[in-house]
Amino acid sequence: MRRNLGRIAVPLIAVALFLAFWEWIVWVNGWPNYKMASPSDIVPAFWKFRGLFFEYGWQTLWRTVVGLLLAVVVGTFLGMIMGFSRLMRDALYPLLVGFNAIPKATVVPILALMFVGQHNLNTILIAFMISFFPIAVSVSIGLSTLEPEYRDILRSLGASQFTVFRKIALPKTLPEFFGALKVAVTLAFIGTNLMEIVSPHGRGLGALFDSGKISADYPLMFAVLLALAFLGIVLYYIVVVLEKIFAGWAERAPG
Amino acid sequence: MTKLIDIKGVTHAYKTASGPLPVLRDLNIAVPEGAFTAVVGPSGCGKSTLTRLIAGLMHPDRGEVWLDGERVKSPRRTVGMAFQNPVLLEWRTILQNVILPLEIVAPTMPKARRIARAEELLALVGLSGFEDKRPSELSGGMRQRASLCRAIVHRPDVLILDEPFGALDAFTREDLWQTMHALRAEEPFTSLLITHDLRESVFLADEVVVLSGRPATTQYVLDVDLPGPRELEVLYTPKAVDYLATLRRQIQIAQGRAPASQGAA
Ligand SMILES: Nc1ncnc2c1ncn2[C@@H]1O[C@H](COP(=O)(O)OP(=O)(O)O)[C@@H](O)[C@H]1O
Ligand SMILES: [Mg+2]
Repeated sequence: MRRNLGRIAVPLIAVALFLAFWEWIVWVNGWPNYKMASPSDIVPAFWKFRGLFFEYGWQTLWRTVVGLLLAVVVGTFLGMIMGFSRLMRDALYPLLVGFNAIPKATVVPILALMFVGQHNLNTILIAFMISFFPIAVSVSIGLSTLEPEYRDILRSLGASQFTVFRKIALPKTLPEFFGALKVAVTLAFIGTNLMEIVSPHGRGLGALFDSGKISADYPLMFAVLLALAFLGIVLYYIVVVLEKIFAGWAERAPG
Repeated sequence: MTKLIDIKGVTHAYKTASGPLPVLRDLNIAVPEGAFTAVVGPSGCGKSTLTRLIAGLMHPDRGEVWLDGERVKSPRRTVGMAFQNPVLLEWRTILQNVILPLEIVAPTMPKARRIARAEELLALVGLSGFEDKRPSELSGGMRQRASLCRAIVHRPDVLILDEPFGALDAFTREDLWQTMHALRAEEPFTSLLITHDLRESVFLADEVVVLSGRPATTQYVLDVDLPGPRELEVLYTPKAVDYLATLRRQIQIAQGRAPASQGAA
């Protein structure tokens, strides 16, 4: 019981200390708002735009989650193909690496032109594109490095490839998969915001950030950053909880 | 007695980047029903390849593998396998690990009966009370015991063991040998054991086959005529010491360190 209390209290205290330090350093240096807003300026900004924060925060969140789900489905599929077939791995790997190397900021205007006005679709696609790569790589490595004996214990009984995948390869890859998913969550947020900021008439927190920039409302810009950080933390810990449920066995017992 | 495992003139080569690598050449081994045959041979001579051919995981270039009067063309449910690496699934408990083959071989078997069967075997190898532990909580020897249980839980006709005790320390290994005898007394499998421990082969087997260096073929067959049930002391009897000396000499020939004529003397 006390341990659980500590596990909640410690991070909260850390956040409080961080905010206090932030307030203090802005105050000591006498920085104006356009250089660095302080927490005491940001709170009113949140309050003033609270309706928009909820509305746009929700938009950013659902687009990111949908993009991420797409990345999980496509990434796992690609990872499976590459993990099981040497030929497909040799064929697809350079393509994927090249695709991943393209800075996604350059893809944003291309997508925006390709699907003019489809703001939701564009945003989801960028979130997906930027985040599926680590998932595909981790699944393919997890599958291709499976020791042959693991397959053989079931294959020698006549089990199908699919049974071997379901009973052994898939669960064995879950720890790597969740490791990649944690990276992908952060990347997907970057993708969503890129599109929201760049698109004209965009929506979501990125668009709110952009409007703060246009109207020189610096506290609003910082407030958006905080809101994004908050959403990032929430999604990240959802993944952590899922990991505990589905791959908790991979955690070494303490001691 | 019928030959439960019958390897007839098997020749096999791997295709590698630098051309074909001949591994087995005209190999013949027959194991009668209920018997225990050990196969020894130099490292890399093709012993694991042989186990994969018997299990139907690969097909020989030439020759035939027969199990229980049927030619092996694909994997069969009547085979159990254990390796040097116990390959237990870390996300399953020991009991669930042992049950795994039943999920494939007997999907309709009631859960209670599966559990009873697994518990019975775990008790036989001295793992009662560890059913709900994770593999990582067990010692190497205990993991290998669990792996043996998994290999025979579905009552296979044929048990293929590929150096299952190779990574264990000497005392643990000797414990496992005795466990192996205990399992054999209770379960009706026919076994083929790959090993590079000559004492292990003499202690466990009715017949020891010495393979030549790669490409491997049968170089020598030793009939082990020691009374059962065997205790470790049997290894220090003159007969057993004689067997060991013979096998040692044959291995040296297989490794190319001694001329064949010396072995025949
Ligand atoms: N899949 C494979 N492809 C190519 N060569 C292989 C393959 N598997 C094993 N070999 C080679 O075949 C030889 C025999 O291997 P193996 O049967 O594992 O020997 P052993 O079990 O007797 O040590 C070794 O030289 C090994 O390098
Ligand atoms: Mg081997």
